[in-house]
Amino acid sequence: MTKEPMTHPANPPPPGTPVEFSDIPGTTLFDMQRSRQGYHLNMFCMSLMKPDNRAEFKANEAAYLQKFPMTPEQRDAVLKRDWNRMIELGGNIYFLSKLFSSDGLSFQHVAALMTGSTQEQYAQMMLQGGRSIEGNRSKSRRKSARSKPERRKRG
Amino acid sequence: MAKIIASVNCSHVPAIGAAIDLGKTQQPYWVPVFRGFEPSKKWIAETRPDVIILVYNDHASAFSLEIIPTFALGCAAEFPPADEGWGPRPVPVVKGYPELACHIAQSVILDEFDLTIVNKMDVDHGLTVPLSLMFGQPKEWPCRVIPLPVNVVQYPPPTGNRCFQFGKAIRRAVESFPEDLRVVIFGTGGMSHQLQGPRAGLINSKFDANFLDRLIRDPVALTRIPFVEYVREAGSEAIELVMWLIARGALDDDVREVYRFYHVPASNTALGHIILENAGKTRAAGKKKSRATRKRRVAR
Repeated sequence: MTKEPMTHPANPPPPGTPVEFSDIPGTTLFDMQRSRQGYHLNMFCMSLMKPDNRAEFKANEAAYLQKFPMTPEQRDAVLKRDWNRMIELGGNIYFLSKLFSSDGLSFQHVAALMTGSTQEQYAQMMLQGGRSIEGNRSKSRRKSARSKPERRKRG
Repeated sequence: MAKIIASVNCSHVPAIGAAIDLGKTQQPYWVPVFRGFEPSKKWIAETRPDVIILVYNDHASAFSLEIIPTFALGCAAEFPPADEGWGPRPVPVVKGYPELACHIAQSVILDEFDLTIVNKMDVDHGLTVPLSLMFGQPKEWPCRVIPLPVNVVQYPPPTGNRCFQFGKAIRRAVESFPEDLRVVIFGTGGMSHQLQGPRAGLINSKFDANFLDRLIRDPVALTRIPFVEYVREAGSEAIELVMWLIARGALDDDVREVYRFYHVPASNTALGHIILENAGKTRAAGKKKSRATRKRRVAR
């Protein structure tokens, strides 16, 4: 498999990411490099499976986060509950689910937040059959098709 | 001889477990989902498996990032439901089948599948939601369950072909176990869904329908679908569908579709479900075995 060149200095895709994958819009690959990058962020989330840890985190979030050797960007994203940013920084949705579950939020609630929709818009999109695949397969094809009208459900 | 007689494939959406546990099954949103499983409950009550081999993925519950087994097999006597951040599901403790599980582990490793053996493990919604869908809310699960977690969370998961071949190795292992047991294999997860990022909510019903059709008639074609195609066409979490290929690999080449159900949405997910029986199986033989099984269960 060919390797992705590091083209975007702010957020380079981790080495080893398949090129084809990086053409899929709005999707982050949780591969081994990103998993390594997000190890402590994800292990922090995992710690919230214990009720005592949840209570300690809720009492003082910033202090609790200091117990994990995460980067300042990762801690900041947790405190702001910036879910897309956490994913960019190596978070995985199943680990992040421990964090949003302890906030009392569902997968659907957080999915809506990540898409930038309101809860109502997102719920309605799902009831109408979900986000359409049309126009959502490929970044490059999306660009080339931008001038043409396309049928796609927006969240 | 033990024998795998059928497969049950279904999604394992956590919200379904929550709907059952919180008594929401009669809410209009959930009614079609549970109605869709009524024929399946009847089928499994008639089929009376002695053991279920349940292929699923752990969702950062039993396995963190500390240890990530590609294929693992639960060889313990019991598996408690996991606390996934909102307390354990109020479902019965899962009773394993250590003798058969150990036999399978030995057999598949010698068959060149380098399995991880797990003797202590909590089981999360990936395993308990399919049991709830098929059995409802019993005091005890009506048969033994051997958990078979697969890594599909961190790239790379096993390929579709590897999963299919692994299913065949499991079948060889089961068929070399001397006890007379009826085994049903569950392949769970999927179908199309994406839980992360700006593309969350993606559903591709065409992909799903095609997958279900080919699962019956041409599973080998499905084993050639690369990882990136699952993600592009059916969403980042649709890769769970490779686990359906383990269950399919454990069946005959020729199978009979017993039942199919498909519904959108269940939370963020296209819920898919299909029951397949080996084409050679006859009803009469099934019923006869059932009575013997019942006696054995009482004796335990």
